Amino acid sequence: MKYLSEYRDPELAKKYLEEIKNTVSRPWSIMEVCGGQTHSLVKNGIIEMLPDKITMIHGPGCPVCVTPLNLIDKAIHLATEKEAILCSFGDMLRVPGSQKSLLQAKAEGADVRILYSPLEAVKIAEENPEKEVVFFAVGFETTAPANALSVVHADRRNVKNYSILASHVLVPPAIKAVMDDKESQIDGFLAAGHVCTIMGNTEYHPLSTKYKVPIVVTGFEPLDVLQGILMVIRQLEQSKSEVENQYARIVREEGNLDAQKVINEVFEVRNQMWRGIGEIPDSGYAVRDKYAGYDAIRKFDIFIDEAPENPLCISGQIMKGIKKPYECSQFGKTCKPENPLGAPMVSSEGACAAYYHFSGMVEI
Amino acid sequence: MCLAIPGKIKSIETKYGGMVRMAKVSFGGIVKEASLEMLPDAEVDDYVLVHVGVAISKVNEEEAQKTFKYLEEIGELGELGDVDEYLPKPE
Ligand code: SF4
Repeated sequence: MKYLSEYRDPELAKKYLEEIKNTVSRPWSIMEVCGGQTHSLVKNGIIEMLPDKITMIHGPGCPVCVTPLNLIDKAIHLATEKEAILCSFGDMLRVPGSQKSLLQAKAEGADVRILYSPLEAVKIAEENPEKEVVFFAVGFETTAPANALSVVHADRRNVKNYSILASHVLVPPAIKAVMDDKESQIDGFLAAGHVCTIMGNTEYHPLSTKYKVPIVVTGFEPLDVLQGILMVIRQLEQSKSEVENQYARIVREEGNLDAQKVINEVFEVRNQMWRGIGEIPDSGYAVRDKYAGYDAIRKFDIFIDEAPENPLCISGQIMKGIKKPYECSQFGKTCKPENPLGAPMVSSEGACAAYYHFSGMVEI
Repeated sequence: MCLAIPGKIKSIETKYGGMVRMAKVSFGGIVKEASLEMLPDAEVDDYVLVHVGVAISKVNEEEAQKTFKYLEEIGELGELGDVDEYLPKPE
């Protein structure tokens, strides 16, 4: 497929690995922020092929993994008690809430639907005027325009029985939180290419300056990730800390201004809870007052007590790059993708699931 | 879930009384609908990156070559001495 398979060329990948080996002279820790890159690194065996001096640290970039437990409980409440048609991306269904997952709620009779796009949920609302339809709108900046657009569509078409349960997380404040955490030791970052497709690169320049770290905006195919790593290493070896764009075939410096406009129309920045990590200032989106009628939290006025996390799950340390999944006492034992204790074991972009699937523990 | 993949625009139509511009996008033969509201100037035959039903960026063909030329570039330039000058730089 054009612009996809050619970035998997094994010969060129070998050359990149060779060049990385020739370039690196000291140990470096590089964090890939995005779970899609974690997936690519583990799936393609890149982690094992990198020189020992390079440690890849898997960041908090899996929106499914960081969606607060309480919000999952709220989604389940909407589906079961309020009898709403609860729509979501597939990955969200298996994430454990405090009592059950959305998938279990569905098995018990709730109307829970997996959709490819939030725009489909608006259609479902139009076709079912007697029912309330809620879209569980999780995601990074990448997904925010689509989720915001669903609200704009509903508003334009006067669809009143549609709302979103929003849980959006933003990458730059997370990088800040990681760098401010005394336990984590990161020398450079691969920034998430698809996030920057929307937001551009401008937010990253002050971060690379302040923390003196190279930040390379990187794509997701094996060659992208390898080139991104090489660009970070070259900077580190030359004591540089700049923002570079490996993914320029997709990412423009200013991002997608039309997408930013739709986001700003519907959302405003607020503090956000990250599951396993805690609250990060200015790291999420809330629905603006203007669209309050499309905000499920306000519309249904739901209040559900915060439930405690499973104490055995160390997902927070994993997402801050302090521990690796196999260092968790539950990894592969009580915690497996079919019965996850924590969210990182659910999504294929979660670090625990990526290690479980591709570290020889299961055949797939 | 942050997966976004490139596909080629096959056709474009407006829906909902001209309010929404939608494209049929082919991903290696599989055709799906995508909203073009974030890419008002996208045209038929353009390659676009699609995420959850919304096209979010056009693929820049010229830039797409660079990943393949990068090693060559830094290798060649290494011999000339000054590599840095040719590395992509932030604005
Ligand atoms: S392996 Fe399971 S229990 Fe351990 S950190 Fe990962 S998700 Fe949590």
